[in-house]
Amino acid sequence: MSTWIPLWLHRLGSPPTFYAFAGRLRPWAIGLALLLGIVALYGGLVLAPPDRYQGDDYRIIFIHVPSAWMSLFIYAVMGVASFVALVWRIKLAEVVAMESAPVGAAFTFITLATGSLWGERMWGTWWTWDARLTSELVLLFLYLGVIGLYHAFEDRRQGARAAGFLAIVGVVNVPIVHFSVKWWNTLHQGSTVNLFGQSHIAGDMLWPLLTMMLATKCYYVASLCGRARADLLALEGGKDWVRRIAAGEAR
Amino acid sequence: MSGLRDFLAMGGYAAYVWPAYAVFFLVLAADWLAPALRRRRLLRELRGRIARQEARERRGTDASTSLPPAT
Repeated sequence: MSTWIPLWLHRLGSPPTFYAFAGRLRPWAIGLALLLGIVALYGGLVLAPPDRYQGDDYRIIFIHVPSAWMSLFIYAVMGVASFVALVWRIKLAEVVAMESAPVGAAFTFITLATGSLWGERMWGTWWTWDARLTSELVLLFLYLGVIGLYHAFEDRRQGARAAGFLAIVGVVNVPIVHFSVKWWNTLHQGSTVNLFGQSHIAGDMLWPLLTMMLATKCYYVASLCGRARADLLALEGGKDWVRRIAAGEAR
Repeated sequence: MSGLRDFLAMGGYAAYVWPAYAVFFLVLAADWLAPALRRRRLLRELRGRIARQEARERRGTDASTSLPPAT
């Protein structure tokens, strides 16, 4: 193996080491997620003033937009992990890719459901075949397709490979979702927050939004740790280190 | 108390804002619980498998003398 990859990264790739590492990381990640989430909710629901045009209805933004960001971010992580898994056959990359899919699907569903609740009052409709909404719905189907394909195989690693291909092909949808509000004349509004430019939002609404973004990122890390740990136990069920864990938790 | 009532009323949008937050928390709670349940089930199955294997090995050593020789 090439020498430029640090040794600890090699070690982290071994299932028992990663199992222990994820177990230590998880409580910190969920703790930080809860802390940031509470601060963001207080800022968004209590401190931020009502919107001039939308009144208090706009407060859905504090969960809708961070969830939408996560739906794309997690898909990108899943795509990269699938690529690594297919090229280098690293078991841990398969686990990360396949266990990211349910979390991503959850955030995509939240995005669609909260957007629907928001749209009902502001646009007068629960749903419309707008470019942004349709591409986000396709994203949900891609997540569900990856999950379904993964579980359709008797052999889990074979399933992970097939689902990884689908995940990589589906990456093309990520920029489509992101740029849909620019490329097409959509009912959905354009980007409110721009990392590299002027954001069209007041500061006392922006900071709860960005705090919630960090909270959802931390939540994803925590959830992925828990899912990867469970998956490693299933994959390595016959090995000694898993048997020791099973025996240790007998009681 | 009117402060809390105003807060819960969400300027007349309570029927939209609160369900949105409920979806957010319920979906993430389900996502959080799923792997914990799966882990418990996996470890229980594994303990059963280990116990069965050990029982088989014990029986195997006890019965080995009475078995007819392999032909």
